[in-house]
Amino acid sequence: MVDFYLQLHPFVQGLLKGLAVILVIFPLGGVCSMAERKVSAWIQDRPGPNRAIVPWIAWIPFFGKFLQRLGLFHVMADGGKMLFKEDSLPDHVNKFYFVLAPIVAMIPALTTVTVVPFGAYLDPAGRVIPLVLANVDVGLLAVFAVASLGVYSLILAGWASNSKYPFLGSVRASAQLISYELSMTLSVIPVFLWINAPGAEGTMGLGKAVEFQSLPGFWGGMWFIFLMPVSAFIFLTSLFAETNRQPFDMPESEADLVGGFHTEYGAFKWGLFFVAEYANMIIGSGVFILLFFGGWNPLPWIPIADLVGWLHHLTGSAFWANPFVVGLLSILIFFAKVIFMIFVFMWVRWTVPRFRYDQVMEIGWKKLLPLAIANLLAYAVGIAIVQMKG
Amino acid sequence: MAVIPVERKPLTLVERTYLPQILGGLKTTLRHFVTPKQTMEYPEQRPAIPPGYRGVPVLVKDPHGREKCVSCQLCEFVCPPKAIRITPGEISADAPDAHVERAPREFDIDMLRCIYCGLCQEVCPEEAIFLQNQYSMSGYTRAEMINHKDRLYELGGTLPDQHFKWDKKKAAEVAGNAGH
Repeated sequence: MVDFYLQLHPFVQGLLKGLAVILVIFPLGGVCSMAERKVSAWIQDRPGPNRAIVPWIAWIPFFGKFLQRLGLFHVMADGGKMLFKEDSLPDHVNKFYFVLAPIVAMIPALTTVTVVPFGAYLDPAGRVIPLVLANVDVGLLAVFAVASLGVYSLILAGWASNSKYPFLGSVRASAQLISYELSMTLSVIPVFLWINAPGAEGTMGLGKAVEFQSLPGFWGGMWFIFLMPVSAFIFLTSLFAETNRQPFDMPESEADLVGGFHTEYGAFKWGLFFVAEYANMIIGSGVFILLFFGGWNPLPWIPIADLVGWLHHLTGSAFWANPFVVGLLSILIFFAKVIFMIFVFMWVRWTVPRFRYDQVMEIGWKKLLPLAIANLLAYAVGIAIVQMKG
Repeated sequence: MAVIPVERKPLTLVERTYLPQILGGLKTTLRHFVTPKQTMEYPEQRPAIPPGYRGVPVLVKDPHGREKCVSCQLCEFVCPPKAIRITPGEISADAPDAHVERAPREFDIDMLRCIYCGLCQEVCPEEAIFLQNQYSMSGYTRAEMINHKDRLYELGGTLPDQHFKWDKKKAAEVAGNAGH
């Protein structure tokens, strides 16, 4: 199996890998929408969706009931509905761009995943090799560059809808995304100043950031959240704004703009926007975890290599040295963290009331941006002193 | 009334960052994760109906099984949305209840019109119509939503009162006290 895969043309290999990742991200977006409904219900003392069930699963005595209460089959019901209901195209829209917008929303959401590592394995020499579709040095820059294309879909959708609420929504979206992108980019510069020593070969790769959080010693094993809490805070806040999540849901503003940019959309096209939003959230959370929460390392000061070493030592079996097992374990740890982050997104959404548009702008330009600049200057000076000493 | 001046303290720097409030809010919502759910899961769990509840209007019989309604049509006249339609009928002379003289031939309540006001129950001189506990009416057609006489008695059942007003009247007549 492995040999067959390895003898394939690299292009085909890449295609298969990409397909595998998309096949995970796309349904995960759907599951997230379910999780959102469930989390909101639990926060509001409701049981949430708990009725849909597939007959042959209802026959399983205890587990079937559990899955039903969890509302897992509502995902299928929702997806089925979105696929098969009438996909209406209003008369007053600009048809070409109207159809293009949801597609443009999906492309950046699924493209950014190529440079985000989601796990790692140990090669025979004991080095940690990140599992990533394209391990390029441009890394985070690519994520930022491609993710910021996502706003085009909102602008296209709002403009093509030819209706005032979507238009207002898309205007707000563009203003908001431009404002918060600045703080977001500035907030991660200290991380890469720390990683890249002057004069040496530099990288913006996300795998490298995790590598620096897996070094031995007190300072080496420390996750960057402890080292740069302000950066992490600014990044997280901007991430909320960039993914259009509450309390920064200006483009959607269902209270004052009906549905914002997707007011005129329905059925599968609307579903694509939705999945794209959740895919953005998943990838944003992934980047946040890689940068500040140690990526696939289970705990601060305990890198995955140590964990595997201990397990190998404890059980004495070669099972834990198998690269596949290590890879799966690291993916599992990483995904657990990502899912927790998604939960935090939802938790915040159902806690914090949304900001007014002017407040969003004020927080972005008058609070976060100066803070990000001050943070960058402080860390630049600090890192320069440390590196000159060392 | 005395005016009590309330001192409004300016926000501290930490409070102005809005963060302690957000954290406090997150703590509150997290607590609600583990609190018992408030929802009643309807078809399986039914609410307890309080006494005096005004549900679907129905007709009742007395403990002897006689239909209490004498088709005086007061409820039909008082009904604000005109949901009730009665076709009066006579009780045949050889029936045991012949002394009551009248009973409804048809008694329809259109539940698409009924507003559950309870005026029919209030106006009824015979205590024959009651708004009882049933709160859920549904059907696939408009025709299904009209409760006919048999359905009304089926839903209403028997009122366990012991007045037997008409029997007493008949007994008084037999005893030669026709003016009773």
